[in-house]
Amino acid sequence: MTSLYEEVRGDQPGEVPVRRVSIRVNGVNRTADIEPRLLLAHFIRQGLRLTGTHVGCDTTNCGACTVLLDGKPAKSCTVLAVQADGHDVMTVEGMATASELDPIQEGFKDEHGLQCGFCTPGMMLSAKALLEENPNPTEDEIRWALSGNLCRCTGYQNIVKAVLWAAEKMRAQAGK
Amino acid sequence: MYPSRFNYESPKTIEEAIALLTKGNGEAKILAGGMSLIPMMKLRFASPEMLVDINNIPNLNYHRVDADGTFHIGALCRHSDLEKSSILAQHQPTLAATAPLVADPIVRNRGTFVGSVCHADPQGDWASAMIALDGMIVAQGPKGRRTIAVRDFVTGPFQNVLASNEIAIEAIIPATTGTRFGGYLKLERRIGDFATAGVAVALELSGSSVIRAGIGLTGVGSSTVNATDAAQSLVGSPLTSEAIERAADLAAQAAQPRSDHRGSAAYKKQVVRTFVARILTEINSTKTKAA
Ligand SMILES: Cc1cc2nc3c(=O)[nH]c(=O)nc-3n(C[C@H](O)[C@H](O)[C@H](O)COP(=O)(O)OP(=O)(O)OC[C@H]3O[C@@H](n4cnc5c(N)ncnc54)[C@H](O)[C@@H]3O)c2cc1C
Ligand code: FES
Ligand code: FES
Repeated sequence: MTSLYEEVRGDQPGEVPVRRVSIRVNGVNRTADIEPRLLLAHFIRQGLRLTGTHVGCDTTNCGACTVLLDGKPAKSCTVLAVQADGHDVMTVEGMATASELDPIQEGFKDEHGLQCGFCTPGMMLSAKALLEENPNPTEDEIRWALSGNLCRCTGYQNIVKAVLWAAEKMRAQAGK
Repeated sequence: MYPSRFNYESPKTIEEAIALLTKGNGEAKILAGGMSLIPMMKLRFASPEMLVDINNIPNLNYHRVDADGTFHIGALCRHSDLEKSSILAQHQPTLAATAPLVADPIVRNRGTFVGSVCHADPQGDWASAMIALDGMIVAQGPKGRRTIAVRDFVTGPFQNVLASNEIAIEAIIPATTGTRFGGYLKLERRIGDFATAGVAVALELSGSSVIRAGIGLTGVGSSTVNATDAAQSLVGSPLTSEAIERAADLAAQAAQPRSDHRGSAAYKKQVVRTFVARILTEINSTKTKAA
């Protein structure tokens, strides 16, 4: 994985700094030799071929690239992969099991929480972190928690409904 | 986009980090939350040869009140730690009002208070609060520690007085003698945007009389504005409506905004005037209710 980026300056291989990292992605330990400048988003997308993490603005504004780093939302376009060494990363691919969608994914499906889908992985992971912390959020709390994730399609209304739907389902499941 | 090539170090102690910075000889940079530095490196506005990541140094993520009343914020305390903090809400009204208005929730999970003050962005929200509170930065270098008042710490846009091998270890807010009141108001076009204008006010009252006042202004100058005349005008008397008007006018005069896509200079001055008056009026009414 050392050569994910183009050789812009024609450096000799020996001049390229390399670090061995071990990052737990969706519960699986991934060990790789990477350049320190490799961004976590690129490690995930190009390195691991997990393309559910989207890169939208590439300038830390949109939140499309959101992953959970040790359970907390982080913009993976603005974290170095070396910084995740020894840490836990969850991408959208880690949400569903082989047979079952995560209630948040179900909520987005049922309540039409997406149109083009570009913002959706980031939205769902921010929602997941919110519901871990606060299983019964108000609409305002949802809007606040998702305010770092931008959507150009939905107008947010159905995204909020989707999260309310998921929260209710998760509370019902926990109550059983 | 991706940064240009650099060496990466993740020291486990402050001393080790200082040694690496010394070795870097001005070409090394400290990486804290990375929420300002990494975007700048991706845009190639910054191309350090070495990054010294301080995130693996233990015992730097704290905020606490000491027995002497001073408030301490460690170098790895994140914006979100402060946003959720009950001690902050209890002891530091100006900081508590600022915390939820910095950047967006995802950025707040990583960005640090101290990193933000070090970054010295004229649009940084925390710096205004620190100016209003007479806050200080404790820096550690090869020769030991020194304490620098934030008003002397920032020397210009994105510039501070730290030597290339000094690390800001913590921020300190001095203790009060009176009762602390304060607020922060920020006009932003949307969440996550930098301030069109922001106002931080920190007051200490004894009875109904103001015994100390500080006012810091965000985004209306080439660095954070310390509205000293406005703050001084409040000291020694109660918060009458005349006193509030006068301070609001003086703060607007201290603002040196430029017209840009966020608004005209005249508009931003008016926002400063309104915000100062609004915070002071609010303090006055809570104070009356409490009494
Ligand atoms: C989308 C977006 C919106 C934002 N909106 C706002 C906003 O509304 N208001 C606001 O105030 N900020 C905003 N920010 C900036 C954010 O608050 C940053 O977290 C903060 O400016 C820098 O803190 P950091 O820990 O991320 O520092 P870094 O990015 O790691 O470092 C910034 C600079 O400070 C230096 N530095 C960091 N820590 C230390 C230290 N301990 N000692 C010495 N030097 C140090 C670094 O070397 C670097 O030069 C925004 C950022 C983004 C990406
Ligand atoms: S792609 Fe990372 S925030 Fe937009
Ligand atoms: S569904 Fe298209 S950006 Fe959100």
